[in-house]
Amino acid sequence: MAGYADCEHDNARRFRDAALPYLDDVFTLARYLMRNAADAEDAVQECYLRALHHFDTYRGPAMKPWLLTILRNVCNAEFARRRKQEVSTDCGAEEEAEDVPLWQEPQASPETTLLRQHDDDTVRKLIAALPQQFREVIVLREVNELSYQEIAEVAGVPVGTVMSRLARARAMLRSAWNVAEGTAP
Amino acid sequence: MNCAECEILLHALLDGELDAGHARDVEAHVAQCSACAEKLRAFRAMHGTMAAANLKEAAPASLRSRIEAALPSPAPRPAAALKFARPSRRMFFGGFAAGAALSAAAAASLFLTVIRNDQEQTIADEVVSAHIRSLQAGHLMDVETSDQHTVKPWFDGKVDVAPPVVDLTAEGFTLLGGRLDYIDGEPVASVVYRRRKHIINLFVARRLGREHAFVAASMVQGYNVRHWSDQGLDYWAVSDLDGGELGEFVQKVSAALHPGRPS
Repeated sequence: MAGYADCEHDNARRFRDAALPYLDDVFTLARYLMRNAADAEDAVQECYLRALHHFDTYRGPAMKPWLLTILRNVCNAEFARRRKQEVSTDCGAEEEAEDVPLWQEPQASPETTLLRQHDDDTVRKLIAALPQQFREVIVLREVNELSYQEIAEVAGVPVGTVMSRLARARAMLRSAWNVAEGTAP
Repeated sequence: MNCAECEILLHALLDGELDAGHARDVEAHVAQCSACAEKLRAFRAMHGTMAAANLKEAAPASLRSRIEAALPSPAPRPAAALKFARPSRRMFFGGFAAGAALSAAAAASLFLTVIRNDQEQTIADEVVSAHIRSLQAGHLMDVETSDQHTVKPWFDGKVDVAPPVVDLTAEGFTLLGGRLDYIDGEPVASVVYRRRKHIINLFVARRLGREHAFVAASMVQGYNVRHWSDQGLDYWAVSDLDGGELGEFVQKVSAALHPGRPS
């Protein structure tokens, strides 16, 4: 059989060309989801391992959302594992609080009209402080620059849900934005 | 348009996701509603700031080289197992047994996005129309039975394929029956399932759209659509179920078609 090693090598080369250009995108999402650099690196490594494993049957046109979907599944599996551990030791509810609105919707008032300018680091921190499902949608849209349809696929929800989450997420971000570093409204 | 609608749609406007008609509606509303106009201004400024900011994180070089190192090297190494160079730190993904890791990976691979292909889009539209038509009284089933062994032979001679009919009752998808439908002018088998109150039409035919190894997902007129190809047949699943549950359905069908394969 002439082909097996060649084929495997060819597959790896195609995978490298197709998937590695998105490494920064994948790492970025991992960084915002996992909150800690070492965990993010592990998640990215696992994501690429799985993607490579399935690459020989990959036919799709959109590599970036495919990789981000896998990454998100990896992160969620890890969250689920941790939650299970936490339940068994009955401590901590860090991830459970996700759906609870922690933020007030901003009131439309002249004080909030002007947006404060923040440096990149502050903006990152503001995003990082959002509850998970809102953080995710903001990062996929504003940082990974996916379309609504692509976000819907990555998050496994209908486009309508993406739209309402994004509206909520930006409203939360806006109120936090104006509170951050100074004069509260 | 009222303020609640506008509050959602103005984001789609900012993101360039709104069609011309809705964009005009939002602009018309904003022109006469100062509260929404103010929101649009603020969100546009925020969106602009974020677009200009550098919010991406560069992957560390060490991570990149670790992933590179895991790819098969140019020197032919027949049947070499692909292994990442460094084992995961402190049991990070230790929760995965081999089987679970495999099935989770398979689940992840069952996603694929956005088919911007005219032919594919036309068929997606037709499939959704057929689905909506089927929901009208008396149109859903030609053969009504929850017995897979009755549904399958019923298609004999009506369509040129033998559509697989699988029983997923135990998985929460009840088999209702089968129907002969027409897509793109060709007779097509539809196998009908139900989850709670939601109907799923699974259309099966030879060569119906582009061939996909993965599941292509789209949404047409608010219905979720999944299309994939398997062993020369094209499958289109349509339902008002949410994407997650329809995805689960697709997985169960695929798994039932390949009983040997870990699902």
